[in-house]
Amino acid sequence: MNRFLGRFSFSSFITYFILIILTVIIIAPFISILLASFKTPAELVEGAFALPDEFNFQNYVNAWNQGNFGVYTRNSVFITFWVVTIGTLFSILGGFAFGLMRFPLHRILFIIFLIGLMVPQETYIIPLYHLQKDLGLNNTILAVIIPQIGMSVCFGIFWMRGFFEKFPRDLLDAAQMDGCSTWQVLWRVLVPNATAAISTMMVLFFVWTWNDFLLALVMVSSDSLRPLPLGLALFQGRWAANVPLIAAGATLVILPSLVIYIFLQRQFIRGITAGSLHGS
Amino acid sequence: MIAPSSKRRRWLGWLTALAYLLPALAVYTFFILLPIGNTLLNSFFDWTGFSPPIFNGVENYRELFEDQIFLQAIYNNIRFILYYSIIPIIIALMLTVLLTRRNLIGRNFFRASFFLPYVLPMVVIGVAWRWIYNPVFGLLNDTLRGVGLESLARPWLGDFGLAQPAIGVIASWVQFGFCLVLFIAGVQNIDESLYDAAKVDGANELAQLWHVTIPGIRAEIQVAAVTTFIYALRSFDLVFVTTRGGPGYETMVTSLYLYQNAFQYNRMGYASAIAVVQTLAILLLSFLLLKATRADQ
Repeated sequence: MNRFLGRFSFSSFITYFILIILTVIIIAPFISILLASFKTPAELVEGAFALPDEFNFQNYVNAWNQGNFGVYTRNSVFITFWVVTIGTLFSILGGFAFGLMRFPLHRILFIIFLIGLMVPQETYIIPLYHLQKDLGLNNTILAVIIPQIGMSVCFGIFWMRGFFEKFPRDLLDAAQMDGCSTWQVLWRVLVPNATAAISTMMVLFFVWTWNDFLLALVMVSSDSLRPLPLGLALFQGRWAANVPLIAAGATLVILPSLVIYIFLQRQFIRGITAGSLHGS
Repeated sequence: MIAPSSKRRRWLGWLTALAYLLPALAVYTFFILLPIGNTLLNSFFDWTGFSPPIFNGVENYRELFEDQIFLQAIYNNIRFILYYSIIPIIIALMLTVLLTRRNLIGRNFFRASFFLPYVLPMVVIGVAWRWIYNPVFGLLNDTLRGVGLESLARPWLGDFGLAQPAIGVIASWVQFGFCLVLFIAGVQNIDESLYDAAKVDGANELAQLWHVTIPGIRAEIQVAAVTTFIYALRSFDLVFVTTRGGPGYETMVTSLYLYQNAFQYNRMGYASAIAVVQTLAILLLSFLLLKATRADQ
């Protein structure tokens, strides 16, 4: 019994040891960014994990104003808000049509949407750039929002159709018997029962849009229109030496995702795994 | 749900469906589908983006396969598969064993921590790792000096032999948590009695991994493989932020070369040909890996 216990604790000691070391390896870079964001340049050379003398927010103030991160944040919030809102709305409507209605070319149209799910952004970024230039959209915030909605609905339609298809038919028939119109069936019966699926989809739209880099890089040339990741990347290219300021900027970029991740962890994990399981 | 009793009602049903579909279809067709088609078309033209395009047949493709930089980029993308795909899958399989132990405390905490990098933008991850690799004040060289291994300190991202593995480590660091989450979800669907039977047969944990877990999560492994392969072939953000393809063309990848040709050298047709080749490679690979999954089931 004693020998068994000894062996058991040794093996679980090794298990926890490995898991904790790996957790440290994952989290350490973020901790060092966070610490650097409160440091003065002089304190920076004391080591990545040395604590600053005091936690002053001067770097954040500088990043926000001089570094233009205030503008980048506003742009990111604006873009993400509209992509998530419109993308969700269009996905619900389209998913409803594909899931519960019969119409000609049903199958072909659905496959056409799947193409958008499989083909990566880099494939069509060049013609997209020229198209938006011809439309006078180049170097506007809409040039980032509209294509991002287009990409989101490919997944969203696929995702919502899967949910609506499985919805119990007798409930729908009952609602129609009660005189509900198609529109009312969607918003009064289906959507209230789909909040889990919808919130997972919204979380995914949020991450994709908030983290997007290439689309903004190509479509936007004015500094005042850049969203956070693009602003950060070009800022660190220009001011590589000003580490505390970059660190403050980087913290601003990850903070919203981090907060949402901590609170909606399950949605995130379920969404991203389900998304990739279905998407491929 | 819509039971058509007459021709008119059926038409009405079709129109209703179209109305629901139209917003998504319009945005998607115009801003995604049309450009996809145009990429294919443009790849047969010589086009700067300013002057009218000149048809030149398969000239772009012919040039592409004699372009040393492009070939180097393809080679680098393939080498990235090791770091984006193979290493993370192996690490994740090992961790699956540890994290599915019955009386493990903090399983959800560990899983959430390992998955964290996957949720954050590659740009920030690239910035963070640039500091870790920084030759002057970076964490890695600091640590090496601290433990007396000063001779090993290097300008990691600027070193010809090491830049690619240095980026690769970042990729593995991001991807293994994603594979792990998929695998843990898969293990939860495996019948417990299979493990009990294996234990009765005297199988240790490694044998259980090989004979029960891996066959049981084969579908998840294949999904992880397809997804991470695609990431390896598409990598852009990480390279853009850390090395921009350098030193030399050591870390050049096809996406970055596409971007440079299109938006720095104004070679739109040529860049479109790169896009077509890259897309075909991705679609072909996904198709082959998916077919392999189907054949197994």
